[in-house]
Amino acid sequence: MRYSGFRVIAEALTGHKGWKPVWRDPAPQAEYDYIIVGGGGHGLATAYYLAKEFGQARIAVLEKGYLGGGNVGRNTTIIRSNYLLDGNEPFYEFSLKLWEGLEQDFNYNAMVSQRGIINLIHTDAQRDAFTRRGNGMILNGADAEMLSRDQVKAMYPFLNFDNARFPIKGALMQRRGGTVRHDAVAWGYARGADMRGVDLIQNCEVTGMRIENGRILGVETSRGFIGAKKVGVAVAGSSSKVMAHAGMRLPMESHVLQAFVSEGLKPFIDGVMTFGAGHFYVSQSDKGGLVFGGDIDGYNSYAQRGNLPVIEDVAEGGMALMPAIGRARLLRTWGGIMDMSMDGSPIIDKTHVDGLYFNGGWCYGGFKATPASGWCFAHLLAKDEPHKTAAAYRFDRFLKGLMIDEKGQGAQPNLH
Amino acid sequence: MIINHPILGPRDAQEFVYLGDASLIDRPDGMTAGIESFHDYLYNRDNPAGLHRELWYHEQGDRSWLVVTRNTVSHEITSVELARDVARARGRSK
Amino acid sequence: MSQSNRIQGGLIDRSQTFRFSFDGVAYQGHPGDTLASALLANGVCLMGRSFKYHRPRGPLSAGSEEPNALVQLRTGARQEPNTRATVAELFDGLEATSQNAWPSLRFDALAINDRLNTFFTAGFYYKTFMWPAAFWEKVYEPIIRRAAGLGSLTKQEDPDDYDKGFLHCDVLVIGGGPAGLMAALTAGRAGARVILADEDFRLGGRLNAETFAVGEQAGADWAAGVAAELASLPNVRLMPRTTIVGAFDHGIYAAVERVSDHLAVPAAGKPRQTLWRIYSKRAILAGGATERPIAFENNDRPGIMLAGSLRAYANRWGVAVGDRVAVFTNNDDGLRTARDLKGRGVDVVAVIDSRPGGDLLPGIRHLQGAEVIDSAGRLGLTSITVRQANGKTEVISANALAVSGGWNPNVNITSHHRSRPEWRDDIAAFVPGAGGPANLAAAGAAAGDLSTHGALRGGAEAAREALETLGLQAPYSLPQAEDAPIAITPLWYVSGGKGRAWIDPQNDVTVKDVKLAHKENFSSVEHLKRYTTLGMATDQGKTGNVLGLAIMAELTGQSIPATGTTIYRPPYTPVAMGTLAGRSRGKEFKPFRLTPSHKWAEEQGGIFVEVGNWLRLQWLPKPGETTWRESVDREVLATRKSVGICDVTTLGKIDIQGTDAGAFLDKVYANTFSTLAVGKCRYGLMLREDGMVFDDGTTARMGPNEYVMTTTTANAVTVFRHLEYVRQCLFPDMDVQLISTTEAWAQYSVAGPNARKLLQKLVDQDISDAAFPYMGAGNITIGGLRARLFRISFSGELAYEVAVPTRYGDALIRALTEAGREFDAVVYGTEALGVMRIEKGHVAGGELNGQSTALNMGLGKMVSKKKDSIGMVLSQREGMNRAEGYRLVGVKPVDPKGVLQAGSHFLKIGAPPVLESDGGWLTSKVYSPHLGCDIALGYLKAGDQKIGRRMRAVNFLTKTDTEVEIVSPHFFDPEGERLRG
Repeated sequence: MRYSGFRVIAEALTGHKGWKPVWRDPAPQAEYDYIIVGGGGHGLATAYYLAKEFGQARIAVLEKGYLGGGNVGRNTTIIRSNYLLDGNEPFYEFSLKLWEGLEQDFNYNAMVSQRGIINLIHTDAQRDAFTRRGNGMILNGADAEMLSRDQVKAMYPFLNFDNARFPIKGALMQRRGGTVRHDAVAWGYARGADMRGVDLIQNCEVTGMRIENGRILGVETSRGFIGAKKVGVAVAGSSSKVMAHAGMRLPMESHVLQAFVSEGLKPFIDGVMTFGAGHFYVSQSDKGGLVFGGDIDGYNSYAQRGNLPVIEDVAEGGMALMPAIGRARLLRTWGGIMDMSMDGSPIIDKTHVDGLYFNGGWCYGGFKATPASGWCFAHLLAKDEPHKTAAAYRFDRFLKGLMIDEKGQGAQPNLH
Repeated sequence: MIINHPILGPRDAQEFVYLGDASLIDRPDGMTAGIESFHDYLYNRDNPAGLHRELWYHEQGDRSWLVVTRNTVSHEITSVELARDVARARGRSK
Repeated sequence: MSQSNRIQGGLIDRSQTFRFSFDGVAYQGHPGDTLASALLANGVCLMGRSFKYHRPRGPLSAGSEEPNALVQLRTGARQEPNTRATVAELFDGLEATSQNAWPSLRFDALAINDRLNTFFTAGFYYKTFMWPAAFWEKVYEPIIRRAAGLGSLTKQEDPDDYDKGFLHCDVLVIGGGPAGLMAALTAGRAGARVILADEDFRLGGRLNAETFAVGEQAGADWAAGVAAELASLPNVRLMPRTTIVGAFDHGIYAAVERVSDHLAVPAAGKPRQTLWRIYSKRAILAGGATERPIAFENNDRPGIMLAGSLRAYANRWGVAVGDRVAVFTNNDDGLRTARDLKGRGVDVVAVIDSRPGGDLLPGIRHLQGAEVIDSAGRLGLTSITVRQANGKTEVISANALAVSGGWNPNVNITSHHRSRPEWRDDIAAFVPGAGGPANLAAAGAAAGDLSTHGALRGGAEAAREALETLGLQAPYSLPQAEDAPIAITPLWYVSGGKGRAWIDPQNDVTVKDVKLAHKENFSSVEHLKRYTTLGMATDQGKTGNVLGLAIMAELTGQSIPATGTTIYRPPYTPVAMGTLAGRSRGKEFKPFRLTPSHKWAEEQGGIFVEVGNWLRLQWLPKPGETTWRESVDREVLATRKSVGICDVTTLGKIDIQGTDAGAFLDKVYANTFSTLAVGKCRYGLMLREDGMVFDDGTTARMGPNEYVMTTTTANAVTVFRHLEYVRQCLFPDMDVQLISTTEAWAQYSVAGPNARKLLQKLVDQDISDAAFPYMGAGNITIGGLRARLFRISFSGELAYEVAVPTRYGDALIRALTEAGREFDAVVYGTEALGVMRIEKGHVAGGELNGQSTALNMGLGKMVSKKKDSIGMVLSQREGMNRAEGYRLVGVKPVDPKGVLQAGSHFLKIGAPPVLESDGGWLTSKVYSPHLGCDIALGYLKAGDQKIGRRMRAVNFLTKTDTEVEIVSPHFFDPEGERLRG
């Protein structure tokens, strides 16, 4: 069923009788060509592109809970391609370009909204670093601008310009950055995959992997064994747990990142903004809530919830930056589990097991990567060759000394 | 969270800085071990969902490094030891 | 019309009258009123509009679960959006306005959405607005954004203060109703340290809203008596107006105390609210229960209210919401509303009881097996349509309808650790499940004990059990109280109609939306929530969630427990951002660290810059200088010509002592320190274990077993932490002790050809080149005061760093400048420091970026392979040793007037601006008055092989494209003759 304004009107006038299930609930088949483990954003996008762009069939996505229940269902919805390093920037720019055509591509309104993102600058050293980054972005074909303090003030006059502990001195801006309705991304990919024959199997947890002679034969699940020629794992947050079934120890730790939303408010912040002197970034959803976040809690956790110090830290950053939000109320906090990798960058790679592929280590940057991650993982699965924009995301980069360390923090996951 | 410091008693976790898996204590000797062992030591992790022995530093306190055994699912802490004692028990000296 | 709906009784103080206004109309109320009770007393029921359809709305509840009656409270910078009128305490002069309505609450233009509702079904926006592609952002989304949102922020700074505090207790009791009071009393009498927190301003919970007796007393009087006794106990802290908003690990709870929200403005020196972090050994959740509605067509009109709330307005606030009241219930508790209202003389026109059979209420028209199927009244209820047991429908005139669909225990906080509640069929509700926060027990209605006796007993028992684990005996005796059984036959929604029946009234989620979600296979509870927005409004589904999932259960044919539930997350009720931030805002966002010369420099008119939490002197203007460059150039030239003084106290300083101190330094530094002679300094390069450069600095050997390390300002804390890690975790038997002395010593750099002459005037010992050669270090005295001297140079000049105990730092800067007067000594700031270090090619912030190796910096040979040091092995990985990798270079514009900018990228001359041409970037840039042009350092691919070449330094952001020459990073005195002078 194709969605359109015409369809919505036609259904409204006929009592909404014609809407169909957005996806089927098929029983798992005995064997597939491809099994994607993980029905979050990356897994669903992988299945979608495998079917649509790489012409593959006999594909299943196995999800232990509900579709879109991964980190695609709990994030702060920001998209951008303002990365510093050459290993990252082409990939994220590829992703941003896919975002730009996504809704027409999968015929679902995910509300991609390029409202612009600004990274505020508070010191000369930050300006130097952001200048380096902005020029790198432009050399990679992305867009970047340097804003003066006055330009920032014209956009957001209510920021703390007069009494700030760390004065605002300008900002790096990417106008093509913005926000996307996160759940709709999962649903749009799921619907598109289902329409192309992909079996989306919910409540199906992978409990083991059947590996013989160095080759994967399929996965054990809570709904029985399912055979597969190739298995791609995209379960960021739980990567270590799942890959342990293949005897792998991964270069990552699982950490909790909290995110926050305020009560609904009339339009207050138009774009996306990051504070450069504390842990706070914010945008406002179309529904009116301020959506914001800060630093990870900083200790290994699978608990999907955080603690008070980080909530306070984020609020402090928010109030330091925009003292006009004092009377806005925090409505809800939640915690997602991040694969925090050893250099802060992801992995899309083959493994030592033939037919077993891995996608993870997204730290807290996975949402914006969703389209490119799916595309590049599908590319790797279908062609056994990395996509050119994801060629650096290899396991062996740590052994070879080719880390992609945006923040320069080294092998300490909670600092990335 | 509250960490029951073996010398100082219960302290708010905010006084501490977290480093990571206590396996970092088992550093290979650079004169005998090569890149591969250092790579495995520094980069790869068990990352368990369950009991995890991990290093915390009492920065806003007595500067002790502690090995805290904590459940990464429930956050329950079942044991706190001085990292120095753990290191010695694992054969580290000079 | 003054308080036309006020009836006798209630817990308000009629001896005082408060004046207040809503949408500019003046009204009167009394102390003890909420804004909602006072408006209802004045006959005002229309208080808001819904989010999507802009339907007229009155309060659904009398508590914090309120989804409808949201207003903007106060005016000006104190305007507070989305304030629930049902919990806003009335004060004299209160001003409130309606929100999400234009031009007025009664005539709201966007109520057109209600007419178009058939188009605006759940998730309709995901299916449209895609054509043409550009229209989403340009046309559709701006319209949606303007229409969305509820109340407004003013964009002015919040003028109120907020505080934070810490509290400790044996037992935290959450909620001050019968269960909470009994728990606190039991624990308090037993001598435990107790905190009792309740969100209400009056303790007693439902006892204040009911007509029950407890023992010989009215319930409210019993509650007041217990509160008085608790207040008299020194081991009990009563915290009314305090909401426990979150349960965190290890017994830590967040509480918000509304210190001043019941006042027009906070008293002088008082915060508006305080965030308490409560550390408890045991906690008892006595948070009561929340009533839920029954969905039927047009069940959202002003005047349709939860039965317990309607009864609370009558019993507690002396307000009859209407003068012709009907009751719709599926349980016995709803009947109480009819009884109580009748007892207060209000006309109860009918009780519509969905259950067939049972006892009939005496003296009231009691329709059994009947259902309310519709209502009428645009801005307020005028009638209801009832379908009787025999199928006959009847319109009954009523201007208030009390609805009871049963009570949901307030399990909210027990879910904060992601424990899922469990379903109990006998009360048709969820109760706390296993795996909730450790040492938290629920009691009373929160645990599913919904009678007063059950609450009292549950509270006392929970306290007894909690104290037992703490080794205290806590006997108790219970007063008599009602113990009526729960008699409920679940009814979630009234079927058969074609119209809309609301489940989540704020977000306008109706039964139809749930059905559509089911039809489209958004059947999991999480999909239901996300697709329909059920439970995502400001009330977080406190009244609607169970309804929604019960209806989904019915549609899927599964049981309610099999359908599952979404879980509650913190906070329990929304919390002001200001409260969470406390005092950490404005200039107090982070503490200031001031250097020992700060006061002196301030007197001199110095300009300061933030460096982490430090404020450092950036430059020190002289009279007549109009630009910063004038000052900085002067400082540089004067230093190179004669002598300059710079406060370098912010550099990290670590004393390292012990017989293994040298061996220890050999581990943490890439180069060797055990061989350093006593009385000498050496530049040290510190790597992370991954082989990247971590930090650098000079370390001096003050004695055979004593070293003094300096770190960069930025890494002072992290280096010290790292050293402790190496000492305790890796080499636990090394005899070495560390202490950070960054704050203990004031340290000044004295640099320039006359540095020695200046210092010799102050230093008691001979510091001639022979006595104190280049890279010398030692303990000295200045006028008899112990001090340290290091002959090290960051500027490239003959230079020393002299340190005295911090309390003499101010005296020393004054002494140095006085002694320097004859040499025209200058004091220079971080800018001049930067100019001179770049002229000398020393790496600092821009180069020490955590992404660079010693090889990148041209310091590869410093990494000794003859010993094991942190980072030595992994620095040898192939990817970090490629000939085409980055190397530190110097950069000069070909045209001396050419402009360099840090962050510009290197491109080959003539190469297109694409990734493949990218050669690296300029890390740091200054204007060198010595060379008369901009100079920079940069990381250039294979830069060591490109010295002498010409390239472009391009900054696309400023459209600057400068032809540059790649040179050695040592611009000035490359042989280092000056510093050895």
